[in-house]
Amino acid sequence: MNAALPVPHRVAGRWVDTADTVTLELAPTGASLPVFRPGQFAMLTAYGIGDVPISVSGWHGPRPLHTIRAVGAVTQALYDARRGDVIGVRGPFGTAWDVGSAAGRDVIVVAGGIGLAPLRPVVERLLADRASFGRIAVLVGARQPADLLYPRDRDRWAARAQVEVTVDRAGNGWTGRTGLVTTLIPGLRADLGAAAAFVCGPEPMMRFTVQALVARGVSPGRVQVSLERNMRCGLGWCGHCQLGPLLLCRDGPVVRYPVAEPLMSVREL
Amino acid sequence: MSRAGDSPRLIDPAALGVLFSALRERGYTIVGPTVRDGAVVLAELESARQLPSGWSADTEAGHYRLRRRADEAVFAHCAGPLSLKNFVHPPRARLWSSERAENGAVSTTGPEEPGKRFAFVGVHPCDIAALGVLDRVLAGGKHPDPVYTARRDGSFVVTAECTEPAATCFCSSMGTGPAATGGFDLALTELLDGGHRFVARSGSPAGAEVLAALPSRPAGTADVLAATSALEQAAAAMTRHMPNEPLPALIAGSRESPHWDDVASRCLTCGNCTMVCPTCFCTTTEDLTDLTGEHAERWRHWDSCFSVDFSYLHGGSVRTSAASRYRQWISHKIGTWPEQFGSSGCVGCGRCIAWCPAGIDITREAAALSAATAGDEP
Repeated sequence: MNAALPVPHRVAGRWVDTADTVTLELAPTGASLPVFRPGQFAMLTAYGIGDVPISVSGWHGPRPLHTIRAVGAVTQALYDARRGDVIGVRGPFGTAWDVGSAAGRDVIVVAGGIGLAPLRPVVERLLADRASFGRIAVLVGARQPADLLYPRDRDRWAARAQVEVTVDRAGNGWTGRTGLVTTLIPGLRADLGAAAAFVCGPEPMMRFTVQALVARGVSPGRVQVSLERNMRCGLGWCGHCQLGPLLLCRDGPVVRYPVAEPLMSVREL
Repeated sequence: MSRAGDSPRLIDPAALGVLFSALRERGYTIVGPTVRDGAVVLAELESARQLPSGWSADTEAGHYRLRRRADEAVFAHCAGPLSLKNFVHPPRARLWSSERAENGAVSTTGPEEPGKRFAFVGVHPCDIAALGVLDRVLAGGKHPDPVYTARRDGSFVVTAECTEPAATCFCSSMGTGPAATGGFDLALTELLDGGHRFVARSGSPAGAEVLAALPSRPAGTADVLAATSALEQAAAAMTRHMPNEPLPALIAGSRESPHWDDVASRCLTCGNCTMVCPTCFCTTTEDLTDLTGEHAERWRHWDSCFSVDFSYLHGGSVRTSAASRYRQWISHKIGTWPEQFGSSGCVGCGRCIAWCPAGIDITREAAALSAATAGDEP
């Protein structure tokens, strides 16, 4: 099996999340891929344009969902794909969130922007096995209200978890909180000294978030982050996704904070 | 020094022609050194007469010049601008092509088979080590690269042990030469004093079978000693070396070193070092389509961590400064490669030193980092 060959999938469902973001449900037209685990990613091919790494953001039955923000040629083409269109999928690649290691603990999930997409399966897994975990808190930050993802999911989660939302810049009609996601941390209802944390978002957001969590007693070894670098293959062949000693397609994207911290703190590494 | 294999044989220069015939009879396409465009390059060869008999090259930082020799030494040249990477990990390769039918269904075809089996002749031990590095990177992981394995698997390697290292060579300090300790089918050690001849030994059953097909005689003790002595002298003649300390720790401790700005003041970020390096494997991909849009292809080509685009994420590149890009290259090569792939990424061939237009020398930069770490910035 040549993992460089995209496996054709039909767009079986398409939901517009925000002005520049869609979630696609993908169904194989023939051969299917192994099941993705939360945190793992696919390389999605827009035929003739290119491929990009996109995390799994959920499932409809066995079919993976991928949430894509249009920021370049390939992601724009994927955004433009409609139900019935065929795109190529490779994967699953990379490490998964270790949700099991949080069993018995309070759990803190912190997402910045599109970083909520790879964390949505974590929240769903926590809630699906609600009794195995202590208190669950989901902190969500976005630049502006229009960028907030998954409003219905967040409403559903709020019945069984502490869900807090903040935006950097409020717009007309926004009655919620404003400020960086780190401003939500003092309001956490959790036993921070024993809690596990899952964090994904822009690198500075992750750095400041984890610093704030650690300052309040969270053990760095119980923090997992998801990192991002340029990727051309997902297979360990292309060298682009290096971050220090890590090949993020193989050793990441999900790593424990003590691994990430010395690498995230060096400029241009 | 390990001298593995059956008892060594002695062959004459004329036997190289027989070697070429024997390899061709066995279905190999022969790739070896030859003089072209003012350098010893690697190319598909028809005849042993194309080998660079009587040629050497003088190298220094930013310098490579062919030199005519007084003798007819065949393998006395040093590493040229090409390496076996050019053949087993081609600069451009089509990863797949796809067709979209009228109903939208897409069918995909994988890479073309090379249609040839390579015999690499005259490979210096540093380049055997480089093949071993590429084997670990491209074939040794969870996803073997089919483009690489189709060219590498079943290849035949004739090494020419290095008796005349160039000024830019430092294989002895990387433990990759000048003697060959494995990874070959047939090893030749060229002797010039007392008659032009080669000590030959096999390193595999396939090599033993080919050696048996060559006109040869048993190598005498004096010949074997002469070969051993030539290799010891070659090792002793190398003036360049890497700092004698664990390089991954040196690199990891140097991430914030002010020395990177010093290198950046000289580095043109041209990427020559990554192109000539026999282990630099990084690639990018490019998707193409025809005018109808129904036929698409993905091509892979060599890329360089010295390009700004290499680290592009939406919004900008991670490594924009020259300092960060040089740091990435040397850090990967000698610092993080062992953790990623279980061996150093540097084999001591010296190509990056000779082909750097600014004469930047990886051994000197490593030494400068070492000195700075020791608290005594040069």
